[in-house]
Amino acid sequence: MDWLYVLMPIAGVEIFWPGLIILGVGVGVIGGFFGMGGAWMVTPGLNILGFPMAFAIGTDIAHMAGKSLIATMRHGKFGNVDYKLGLIMLIGTVIGFEVGAQMVMWLERLGKVEVYVRYLYLVLLALIAWMVFADVAKKKKKEREATAAGKEIDPLATGIEWHKTLHKLKIPPMVHFKEAQVYCTAWLPIMVSFLTGWLAGILGIGGGLIRMPALIYFVGCPTHVAVGTDLFEVMISGLYGAATYTFKGRTELVAAIIMLVGASIGAQVGTVATKYIKGYGIRIAFGLAVIGCFLSIVLKLIAKAVPASQGAIFDGAATVLVLGLVAAMSLYIFVKMLAGAKQEIASKKR
Amino acid sequence: MKIWTKITTLITGLLLLCPGLVLAAAEKAAKLVIVADTRKFTGWEAWWTNLYNESHLYFMLLTVAIIPVVGVIFGTIADLIMSRIGIDLKSRELSEH
Repeated sequence: MDWLYVLMPIAGVEIFWPGLIILGVGVGVIGGFFGMGGAWMVTPGLNILGFPMAFAIGTDIAHMAGKSLIATMRHGKFGNVDYKLGLIMLIGTVIGFEVGAQMVMWLERLGKVEVYVRYLYLVLLALIAWMVFADVAKKKKKEREATAAGKEIDPLATGIEWHKTLHKLKIPPMVHFKEAQVYCTAWLPIMVSFLTGWLAGILGIGGGLIRMPALIYFVGCPTHVAVGTDLFEVMISGLYGAATYTFKGRTELVAAIIMLVGASIGAQVGTVATKYIKGYGIRIAFGLAVIGCFLSIVLKLIAKAVPASQGAIFDGAATVLVLGLVAAMSLYIFVKMLAGAKQEIASKKR
Repeated sequence: MKIWTKITTLITGLLLLCPGLVLAAAEKAAKLVIVADTRKFTGWEAWWTNLYNESHLYFMLLTVAIIPVVGVIFGTIADLIMSRIGIDLKSRELSEH
């Protein structure tokens, strides 16, 4: 069974390559569907495969750049990417990220920043999950009220509509985003991206998990456009991150390419699945992914708080939870995509 | 739109081309120097590990070039298979807003 293992030229360790492809497919499907890089899912997976931590982040970012590129191209063909919005947001993201990262370094000199960062991450994830499910509940309430009044609800209606209040700000320059169907001050996406970039910089994450809901609830993008535009951002930050980490010698390109073989195919499947799963289906699944991420961090915090022998159990549970979530979600998306495609092909034949 | 596009493209390009400018991203990692063991390899793998040891800059440039190419190749293969099956890859219905 030696052929199932490949020696990594830089890291010098033997890795089970089918595991890398399977992991790549899983995170590719989820990434293409939700519009995020998914570093929080990849790192535990790479750890289990015996990957040295020194190379985990760089390798993850390198494969992320490739997969988000192909997913952005596919989303772009569906009209899901607002490039103008993505480029404007890039300014705020880059500046915000640097401010956040510098802030963490400053806080590190003051003391125990790591624990506080984890708590901040938890609060933020809880807020995102609340926002998503409050939105779903509000939409359902609207539907119930409309049915009771004997009216028909607009099928394109949404639950939480904070963006409508924010669109009332008329600070020049005003910009029209065609794909997102949003007309607002340019300062709105800049400020939103600055804040999400700042939070990503503090938390040390890519930011897709925060930016995607921010695009929906604050900028007012339809879910599909939020996913596509976020992937465009992930693509650029991924290429930038890949360059940075590789320059520092922290990328195992052979592993990244093997993962990318699975991830680029998975990303296409995830992207096409957004055709068949309606906006609120994506939002609910996203909310569940956020809860999964929340629980995995809680388990990791418990692992640090208890004695080492028990800590290993909680650490293991966190890894199992994340990988189980990746498997379940990618399977769900894949099955939905197959069902949708089957229906589409059948309706074409009729 | 054009001016915004030009400015942001310029900034992005600058940042992508000069990773050394990154203030915070990889500072912690920079403290450790890793050397790849070239003795275990022959052929392209030996060349690859040597390149890593000799110049991180060239190694980075190759990585940044290879990653998108591999992504596009396999993504296109997936595209071809899906369109062959009969999936419409050009349009989708607007679902909300």
